Amino acid sequence: MHGVTLILLVLGFGGIGWMVARARAARFAKPATAADRPNSLPGQHGWHMAIWIAAPALLFLGIWSAVSPALVRDAVLSTPAAAGLPGPGFERSAILAEARSLALGNAYGAFNQQAEVLAPAYAAAQSRYDWIGTTLAILLAFAGGAFAFTRIRPDYRARTQVERAVMLALLVASLIAILTTLGIFLSLVIESWRFFRIVPVTDFLFGTNWSPQVIRSNDPGATLGAVPLFWGTFFIGAVIAMIVAIPFGLMSAVYLTQYAKPGVRKWMKPILEILAGVPTVVYGYFAALTVGPAIRDVAVMLGMPFASSESALAAGLVMGVMIIPFVSSMADDSIAAVPQSMRDGSLAMGATTSETIGKVLLPAALPGVVAGVLLAVSRAIGETMIVVMAASGAASITLNPFESATTVTKQIVDLLTGEAEFDSPKTLAAFALGLTLFAITFLLNVVALRVVKRYREAYE
Amino acid sequence: MTDTNLSNAVPKLSARGVDVFYGQKQAIKDVSIDIAMEHVTAFIGPSGCGKSTFLRTMNRMNDTVSSARVTGDIRLDGEDIYSPAMDVVQLRARVGMVFQKPNPFPKSIYENVAYGPRIHGLAASKGEMDGIVERSLTRAGLWNEVKDRLTDSGTALSGGQQQRLCIARAIAVDPEVILMDEPCSALDPIATAKIEELIHELRGRYAIAIVTHNMQQAARVSQRTAFFHLGTLVEYGRTSDIFTNPRQERTKDYITGRYG
Ligand SMILES: Nc1ncnc2c1ncn2[C@@H]1O[C@H](COP(=O)(O)OP(=O)(O)O)[C@@H](O)[C@H]1O
Ligand SMILES: [Mg+2]
Repeated sequence: MHGVTLILLVLGFGGIGWMVARARAARFAKPATAADRPNSLPGQHGWHMAIWIAAPALLFLGIWSAVSPALVRDAVLSTPAAAGLPGPGFERSAILAEARSLALGNAYGAFNQQAEVLAPAYAAAQSRYDWIGTTLAILLAFAGGAFAFTRIRPDYRARTQVERAVMLALLVASLIAILTTLGIFLSLVIESWRFFRIVPVTDFLFGTNWSPQVIRSNDPGATLGAVPLFWGTFFIGAVIAMIVAIPFGLMSAVYLTQYAKPGVRKWMKPILEILAGVPTVVYGYFAALTVGPAIRDVAVMLGMPFASSESALAAGLVMGVMIIPFVSSMADDSIAAVPQSMRDGSLAMGATTSETIGKVLLPAALPGVVAGVLLAVSRAIGETMIVVMAASGAASITLNPFESATTVTKQIVDLLTGEAEFDSPKTLAAFALGLTLFAITFLLNVVALRVVKRYREAYE
Repeated sequence: MTDTNLSNAVPKLSARGVDVFYGQKQAIKDVSIDIAMEHVTAFIGPSGCGKSTFLRTMNRMNDTVSSARVTGDIRLDGEDIYSPAMDVVQLRARVGMVFQKPNPFPKSIYENVAYGPRIHGLAASKGEMDGIVERSLTRAGLWNEVKDRLTDSGTALSGGQQQRLCIARAIAVDPEVILMDEPCSALDPIATAKIEELIHELRGRYAIAIVTHNMQQAARVSQRTAFFHLGTLVEYGRTSDIFTNPRQERTKDYITGRYG
């Protein structure tokens, strides 16, 4: 039976179970005293039954869909038709995959003769295992239902059981995000480890020549030195972008918290927040089509006739503008967290508003502001779209903002979008870059969150 | 009615017909009072009656509340403090303020005291500043406790020490008037006793106005007492008279604890 049909069937059984249990529980004898009152409401018995019918069967189907392809394949391999297959390896997998496509009707002809021979055997094995899975799932649903049915008694604590099931479901939901992150991290680590078996870590971390187009097979590390990328990332994301974002973000936060009338604040803050939600690709257009050429023109005027429109300055400036709302909102929060009594104390000493801001509020809010800036840096160096569109692909170590520079994220995109085998140092380098970026942003976030935490405690 | 000018003292600050509004709501109605040099004037009354609001008119801290509006006449040494010619920065140097909850800045003890003198440019050299800091801390009765740790953060002191630090901070700019808004309400009895003692010692140099909800405290530290009720000044007079022989029925009810 088809998977979706089967799932719907199980859910249907669950629904029937819900109604049956509910109706049965509703007919409990009226209690004589409050102490005799049934422990659970009819609806809770209904849910208890439905969960017992559906949950084990669906869980089984989930596991079955993961293991049954391997069982089918083993069954196919043990048929006489499989006698002529090559030994375990890439070729055998390819033939089997083709046979599977033919058997499931996803393909109409095979590239490989042997696949056509195997297809009928494959189809037979598949249908046998499908049938087994379906039967087991339905049996489980009935077994669960029968178990729950015997529990429909006035003194049974269905309420508690349902509560427990809800908690379990919530726990699983929250674990999924964590486990996914962990999985991504693990795959990064594994692929990076494969990369570092080919290219020495020191070559990668300290090498200054990055030209993945010309990897020499006898010494791949020589052209995979990531220092120019680290520099470019730092220069664009942590220097140029921050030179824009920190002062403007801070000043807008100071204005919004200290000077703006409530009416002005009421419409300005949401606008800043909307700005933070603009898709980065829009900023990318802006950087590539407007800012980049304008900066090239300036550079030409300044006497750099061969200036590129893919300058570090263009990407960095636009990135800085993108980060302003972020810095502003973090700084806003930390300034607002400084108690009003500090401000009053300073004003009562005769300080003006700007003296109060400069000498009391900002120093007091500094840890929070620093944490905000660290988070902003971590966002900027992870930012991809703007640099993909506006930064150059050529790696160079330069202090001249009019020259082109490239970033880690841009290179990851370039490495993975070309056509290359999955196992080449070039492709694997993308994972090593990803891991490095992950480590740095992770560190920045940890430090920032600790600073924020300590800062919060100071005012509690 | 209330005798606003108590004959034998020189008025430092004098208020006449002061009204304060928060938006449409009137918090102070037609209050007239004189605050005298070398006297402690206590403001008492049930909470919400406008004591803090009135206190804050005297250093124009109400300016920082956007909805607040003050009318009437308040003079410091005969000079209208609400006139456009009055510089608020100078006014607040002359009329210092201590708040209900100790609010030292998150800076060193030294920097807390030096804050005002720096803003007003009172010290020409490091040596002068050191002198001001030492003198202010000594007057606030804190010098002996903190002289070895002037670089420690002011927020690391105990509550009572923090409040004395705030007093030192206020007197570092040589004010003439000191306004205190329930300065002991966040402190334990021992720290409170120290502050009260300090107020006694400071009296000789300043005009002090103190808001308190503690009647014994008013009786202990003040020479003049003003009783506020629902935004009006009900009675103002010598503390001894107010507590032993109030002229108004409402004052008597309040003092004897009939309502609070
Ligand atoms: N910032 C403000 N905005 C609006 N109303 C206020 C404000 N501050 C105080 N009030 C109101 O003014 C009245 C007097 O308050 P306050 O001066 O704090 O009284 P007290 O110090 O005697 O307890 C109260 O009704 C209070 O609600
Ligand atoms: Mg008050």
